[in-house]
Amino acid sequence: MSNIRKAFENGKAFIAFITCGDPSLEITEKSVIEMEKAGADLIELGIPFSDPTAEGPVIQEANIRALSGGVTTDKIFEMVRRLRKTVRVPMVFMTYANVVFSYGAERFIRTCREIGMDGLILPDIPFEEKAEFDGLCKKYDIDLVSLIAPTSESRIGMIAKEANGFVYCVSSLGVTGSRSEITTDIGAMVKKVKEQKDIPCAVGFGISTPEQARKMAECADGVIVGSAIVKLCAQHGEECVPYIARYVREMKDAVRDIS
Amino acid sequence: MSKGRFGIHGGQYIPETLMNAMLELKEAYEKYKDDPEFKRELSEMLNEYAGRPSRLYYAKRMTENLGGPKIYLKREDLNHTGSHKINNVIGQMLLAKRMGKTRVIAETGAGQHGVATATVAAMMGMECEIFMGREDCERQALNVYRMRLLGAKVHPVDAGTATLKDAVSETFREWTSRIDDTHYVLGSVMGPYPFPEMVRDFQAVIGREIREQMLEMEGRLPDVVMACVGGGSNAIGAFYDFIPDREVRLIGCEAAGRGIDTPETAATISTGRVGIFHGMKSYFCQDEFGQIAPVYSISAGLDYPGIGPEHAHLHDVGRAEYVAVTDDEAVGAFEYLSRMEGIIPAIESAHAVAHAMKVAPGMDKDTIIVINLSGRGDKDCAAIARYRGEDLYE
Repeated sequence: MSNIRKAFENGKAFIAFITCGDPSLEITEKSVIEMEKAGADLIELGIPFSDPTAEGPVIQEANIRALSGGVTTDKIFEMVRRLRKTVRVPMVFMTYANVVFSYGAERFIRTCREIGMDGLILPDIPFEEKAEFDGLCKKYDIDLVSLIAPTSESRIGMIAKEANGFVYCVSSLGVTGSRSEITTDIGAMVKKVKEQKDIPCAVGFGISTPEQARKMAECADGVIVGSAIVKLCAQHGEECVPYIARYVREMKDAVRDIS
Repeated sequence: MSKGRFGIHGGQYIPETLMNAMLELKEAYEKYKDDPEFKRELSEMLNEYAGRPSRLYYAKRMTENLGGPKIYLKREDLNHTGSHKINNVIGQMLLAKRMGKTRVIAETGAGQHGVATATVAAMMGMECEIFMGREDCERQALNVYRMRLLGAKVHPVDAGTATLKDAVSETFREWTSRIDDTHYVLGSVMGPYPFPEMVRDFQAVIGREIREQMLEMEGRLPDVVMACVGGGSNAIGAFYDFIPDREVRLIGCEAAGRGIDTPETAATISTGRVGIFHGMKSYFCQDEFGQIAPVYSISAGLDYPGIGPEHAHLHDVGRAEYVAVTDDEAVGAFEYLSRMEGIIPAIESAHAVAHAMKVAPGMDKDTIIVINLSGRGDKDCAAIARYRGEDLYE
């Protein structure tokens, strides 16, 4: 069984995203340890990319801060190696295709396995292009996570059938970042996935408050929060870890017992 | 692998949110590209509104001065709005209208594509928003005013290096947030399939006209066709019809900026390697970890870290050659053509003129070179004056 499935065994899952190296890799490392303690069920580690086309301003700026600080793919791999000595929570990388491709897709994915990563999210790899990466992911037992969007409609079945780990349900049109309201019928999207495959569905994009998380958790197996956490890094810099821990605890508490 | 490949290049590397829009576009394009009514309307607009066919001009003084081959200039600078960009814009806007879209968005570097899009949007009564790097807005202030005058909203982009690549990223982001009524009029032969193929087809009129005009004037095909390459739309437009004619040399001129041995360059084929960005697999200027490089060229229109996938393929298979031309050489050619022929070329097109000046003296007198003069240089006068140390602002 995919290790990612374990993320969905403690009530509704809370999935936390953080940009590696913002404000520094030391702080990212501490944040991951504290997020696990605070109840995060799965952690998405963002490998920064110079031109993140699916991100809103908050994560774009985090990427710039991290890259200006000298973060590289190799340094992030070393951080994960250190983390895996103590941290058991499932972890996936979230980055852009070029970061993987330019490293050498096989070398990148093999290293993911060696250092103890469980999955990979590539927002610029749609179903039609996934073969190039999915074969390698299967070879090294890494789940390539599929995304579905409010515009996917009739594509959902085809995507769900071949999905691994969990299905990332994009809550709304546009890029990542907080929204005051999410109007998409997430329940209907999740239902279409489950008709094809028994696989957990987590909702992301635009969720920042416990109320939104509760509402989303009612119609899915988990919620994903990125920008709201990255905002805490931007706001508190080196001092962000306790703020992140408190936020994660609050969000996990909000969704844990939703049925 | 998905459709829309040129060898290993091309593809559709875009967020799932846009996939249905891309499929819808492909379907519409396939449905209309051979539709007689669409073709009639397209050719009528190209002729009556854009002023096609553009002239193929024998540059007699330049030919004599360089003392080598006969040099012809394909005068895309004489099109309405002053560049080849309008060929593609008219095609995409006619398609967008048939798809029921009422709003168009576009990126622009130098402002040529933005002005062309704003122009056709005004003429067709469509809402238009243009994304332009803040640095380019400053470099090309007059074009920003032009677009506003034409009724478009111009959004300066602050992200990244605030130039063309960031404008493209931002336009994709905008499209992701509003798809139903909006078409993205991508300005070059890049991005996800079907854009590279569709934009090429709309620009291929350039090469078809060159062939016809050359046969009429010289009774034979040219030996060399040259064009500047950023994303590569004017170049592919000029090259495409000649690809099967292997005796016709195709030369793309990239922007070397301050030199390909410096970090201040935008010469993708000379300094880049294969990557995945902006929806396509192709060559990109990037660091060892795949971070896209902040490129540089004096020409805002060539200041882009990638190249269209079909060019990448033509390079791989050796059908086209790609050379790098520096700022200095391009500025020299900008001044040369102005004085020699009374034609002020766009600084982009001046890169191709510069390469012709470099190679012509060593070539046989009975050979024929066609340079695609993709745009006119009025927009560049202030910047070139400043490059030469004059304190001139628009």
